[in-house]
Amino acid sequence: MNMIEEVVSAHLPVGETLRIQKNRIEGAEPKKRLAIVTGTHGDELDGQYVAWQLARVLKKRQPLLRGTVDIYPALNPLGISTIYRGLPGFDLDMNRIFPGSSEETMYEYIAGGIIEDIAGADLCIDIHASNIFLREIPQVRINEQSAETLLPLAKFLNLNFLWVHSAATVLESTLAYSLNSLGTPTLVVEMGVGMRITKSYGDQLITGILSVMSQLFMLEEPCPPVAPPIVSTDGNVAFVNANASGIFIPRVRHEERVEEGQLLGLIADPLSGGVREELHSPASGLIFTLREYPVVNEGSLIARILGGAL
Amino acid sequence: MKRKTLFTIDAQPYRQPIPVYGYFFGSEEKTLAVMGAIRGDEFQQMYTAAKLVQELIRLEAEGKIIDDCGLLVIPCAGQFSMNVSRRFWPLDNTDINRMFPGYDKGETTQRLAWRIFEALKGYTYGIHLTSLYLPGDFIPHIRIMDTGWQENAEGLDFGLPYLITRKPRPYDTTTLNYNWQVWETRTFSLYTKATDFIDEKSAQEATDSILRFLTRHGFLKDVPLPEGEATQAVSEKNLVTIRNICGGILLHCRPTSSQVQAGEIMANIVDPYTATVLEEIRAPQKGTIFFARHAQIISAQTIVFRLIPG
Repeated sequence: MNMIEEVVSAHLPVGETLRIQKNRIEGAEPKKRLAIVTGTHGDELDGQYVAWQLARVLKKRQPLLRGTVDIYPALNPLGISTIYRGLPGFDLDMNRIFPGSSEETMYEYIAGGIIEDIAGADLCIDIHASNIFLREIPQVRINEQSAETLLPLAKFLNLNFLWVHSAATVLESTLAYSLNSLGTPTLVVEMGVGMRITKSYGDQLITGILSVMSQLFMLEEPCPPVAPPIVSTDGNVAFVNANASGIFIPRVRHEERVEEGQLLGLIADPLSGGVREELHSPASGLIFTLREYPVVNEGSLIARILGGAL
Repeated sequence: MKRKTLFTIDAQPYRQPIPVYGYFFGSEEKTLAVMGAIRGDEFQQMYTAAKLVQELIRLEAEGKIIDDCGLLVIPCAGQFSMNVSRRFWPLDNTDINRMFPGYDKGETTQRLAWRIFEALKGYTYGIHLTSLYLPGDFIPHIRIMDTGWQENAEGLDFGLPYLITRKPRPYDTTTLNYNWQVWETRTFSLYTKATDFIDEKSAQEATDSILRFLTRHGFLKDVPLPEGEATQAVSEKNLVTIRNICGGILLHCRPTSSQVQAGEIMANIVDPYTATVLEEIRAPQKGTIFFARHAQIISAQTIVFRLIPG
């Protein structure tokens, strides 16, 4: 049975209600629950495709479904509808206000309602899609504090890369950290580029979600074959930032393997026709992040290279 | 006074290099530093710092700064945003005041935070003229992060009406105030009534309060100043938050600093189509209006007032 349900809502100033909704897809007992969450940042749209396509895939498999899948396609509907990454009219990033509060602002109240609704799920998958500046390969990001619990399941998500990153206090206000703290295992997925949908990545993730559901005994069908991810910690990730402002002209492709010292791209100066900077790879490895948006300032992230034995 | 270029914001070829100036007074000692505007709409903060520069030029010429006292004022580091009417970094909407202590090899706003912090580190006292993430009117006050190693009593020396202490939340841990304290500077955030408009009276109050602090600590001699107020210390957790249930037009009935009685109407939420009062916002108890939300229209479930009880 499919049902659209309200998670939490609040009145906007003029004749409209901000309503966070989910698509509840219920199968037979036993009642395990999987939460698929996306749309925290209004410019990240890959999750829109996954939410839509996963609902269709699960509808076809409903007789095989054991438990409940809640799909939350838009935690930040106002951002999505206005092509805005953040929360319109609010300074703080939505992924910095969890677990929310009923004593502060509307958005913190909404964040609190979302946490309350998801908490208790057997697994939550929080889908992000980079921003408009960077293209990412499909990857899972796990805080080192939760790695022991999350790594075994994350490996079934059919994504290319599993990044175990160090803890930072500021990250304690993310949805994933808050849910993990409450005992709801939550995996963060990053893939693609902002304001676009990369369908192949979405399909890859959906296969992974079905695989994880089989692992959780939520689907009565064999686990679809998935490729094992590369697992890495911060130590194997090299960053390339621009040291000059201008226009980035890439000389490599995303997902390409590069050698140490290889030219990754140029910072061009269209005014003079000159080159302000040549950017070279600091390590041999896989370009898992590559600058997509050409205008760069000094410091803009250009690429991340996954080094080591690949 | 010596004016030094601390660093330059470089976004050529289409923006010209922007110098960020530090105004140094007195000796080479690192006694007290004042940071003005970091965000692009902090006009009041920039103006207050500029007035302080003007006063310190005069006081230094009159020989009123003691020999072993060194002062630094940075009126503005937000020019790149200010000149294009944006509160945050225009390219990616990131907030420099959520990037401290910064990182010299990181992204653009991390690098800027690092450069600002390099200039400000090592001072005994630090004052940040800053703005809140919610637009609103405050009673001018000093705010101290309750990190456990702060000196609350020194906050009384500004002679502003209130000293507010706040337990940091995760998103506070990347602000200048928090990191300045971590690096052992006794740090105060100074809030005036305004942010994106100039309020001459409160700018003068803020300037006087910094000079008063310097005088009470013996760094200035023979400077006649208004006496200031007997500062009341209040923990933020003891402020009474008053929130609305309905969205609509917000009509304030009582200004900031007013004393209100229990049950008194402080504001009305009015239907945007019929001007009917949808909700009367009443004082839950007797107190002084410390913060009033500045908004013409308002969503539901949001802070409208904060009250100091009693």
